[in-house]
Amino acid sequence: MSAPATTRVPLYRLAHARAGDKGNRLNVALFAYRAQDYPLLVAQVTEEAVARRFAHRRPRLVARHLVPGLQAINFVLDDVLEGGVNRSLTLDRHGKGLAYLLLGLEIEVPDEASENTDTPRRREK
Amino acid sequence: MPAQILVGCPAGFAGDRFDAGPPLVAAMARDGRPAYLMYETLGERTLALAQQRQRAGAPGYLPDLEGFVAPVLAGCLDAGIPIVGNFGAADPLGAARRLQELCASAGRTARIAALLGDDLLETMGPAEICRLIPEDEGAPDPARIVAANAYLGARGIAEALAGGAQIVVTGRVADPALALGPMLHAFGWAGDDWAHLAAGTMAGHLLECGAQVTGGYFMDPGCKDVPDPADIGYPMAEIDADGGLVVTKPEGTGGLVSAATVREQLLYEMHDPAGYLTPDVVLDISGVTVHECGPDRVRVEGSRGRPRPATLKATVCYDGGWHGEGEISYAGPNAEARGRLAIDILATRLARIPGIRTHFDLVGVSSVFNDDAGRHLAAARGRGVDDVRVRAGVSGDDREAVQRAVREVESLYTAGPAGGGGVRLAVTPLLASASAYLPREAVRERVQFLDPP
Repeated sequence: MSAPATTRVPLYRLAHARAGDKGNRLNVALFAYRAQDYPLLVAQVTEEAVARRFAHRRPRLVARHLVPGLQAINFVLDDVLEGGVNRSLTLDRHGKGLAYLLLGLEIEVPDEASENTDTPRRREK
Repeated sequence: MPAQILVGCPAGFAGDRFDAGPPLVAAMARDGRPAYLMYETLGERTLALAQQRQRAGAPGYLPDLEGFVAPVLAGCLDAGIPIVGNFGAADPLGAARRLQELCASAGRTARIAALLGDDLLETMGPAEICRLIPEDEGAPDPARIVAANAYLGARGIAEALAGGAQIVVTGRVADPALALGPMLHAFGWAGDDWAHLAAGTMAGHLLECGAQVTGGYFMDPGCKDVPDPADIGYPMAEIDADGGLVVTKPEGTGGLVSAATVREQLLYEMHDPAGYLTPDVVLDISGVTVHECGPDRVRVEGSRGRPRPATLKATVCYDGGWHGEGEISYAGPNAEARGRLAIDILATRLARIPGIRTHFDLVGVSSVFNDDAGRHLAAARGRGVDDVRVRAGVSGDDREAVQRAVREVESLYTAGPAGGGGVRLAVTPLLASASAYLPREAVRERVQFLDPP
């Protein structure tokens, strides 16, 4: 039996994230814990992948900004807050918890890179 | 001119902690470098709520003004640490007078200034203000405007400090301006010194949410652990005259300042990292790097600045009708199915009430991620969850209709699924908001000092 070339893991294992809101627009900034995992995020966490992950909120537009110096990708999602903090009927009107919706997205990780995926990775000193 | 100043931020929003200030004041007083304390307490709606209270005859400044300032007042006056805060909300002058009384009752005197001019209703009519709102922001009825406030920049704060203010009270200013104002004053940066203004704005951006850069809104057990999380320290920035920046926090406090906490806050509420618009400068953080240079010390460098926007942004708040919430819980065997049945019943009965919007959650199965159409909830499975809470959110222009909808949740006690308990109901006014853009000349910004008592 040969080992598979890659393993599927939730982003949560490789990355952390923070959500912010302005009106009906959400931004989720995604950060690789380890700099060497950043290219994996850039390759796989595309606008399309994020739009699919948030499909039930019907994003009008998903923009992606790379910030390599912070090993970060900033996603800006238009019209996903069901009206925004002042109009929304959702429980979490700011969308603060939506960073964790993104962190549930699964990506393919090469086996070499996926060891110890039972615990989230920490940034290397 | 000092080579360095310190700016501490014990509050990042109106609901923040009252006990965050004293450790910062103590640390900055011990340190000895020129220091400033900034309070950011105005969310998008906070100011409109204050405006409504003022019209109802109550003070228009932040209700918790004293709660924030009283614990640090003597320490700041003793150590010569000016306090800069936007807790003036809808009435900066009223807040300044209240603080003067607070000083007097402590047997102290202080030179207090108020920054005025952000309130557009002072000089413009509601219809005129509505014409400044871009089409895609919606078109509020001028008769429903509650508040309209421009985001002022850091200049007025610097002017007040140059006039000897020990306390500067503002209404709406750009949040980072609360930190940039002291830097303009201390370092004499010119109004078109975009590189320095950008560095100072980045420092303000990192500070303005208080504990969000020291381990708050960050801690996640097992992967992002934060020491002593119940007594998290609030942030302090060391800023050089040439724009160098280190983010830290008082020694002996809980929390964490690390590369990761700083990275997360750098991109908080940011859209294009190369173009963060403020009244003072356009900040570009796309090339910023961070590195840990000591325990709870992170150096941040690489910001760039571009000329400030031609227009000022204003937030216009208007009466958005009524918001209602009703909740009921189900627990034990088949709880999820009973919860879903309750939602089916509510959806059927609320559809009969005209003029309302509705939203249904099943807390425990799908709520935080859920959407108005219930697509997320329909696809979610509780996997044996045995404690769920049904939540209905309702809005509409007619208070009676919203009230009637919310009562439908209560009626589930006797007319809904078995074992429903713990009903909570609330109906509150809804404040909607839109952004407007106006020429700088339209704003009559000015600093007013209180006469000594």
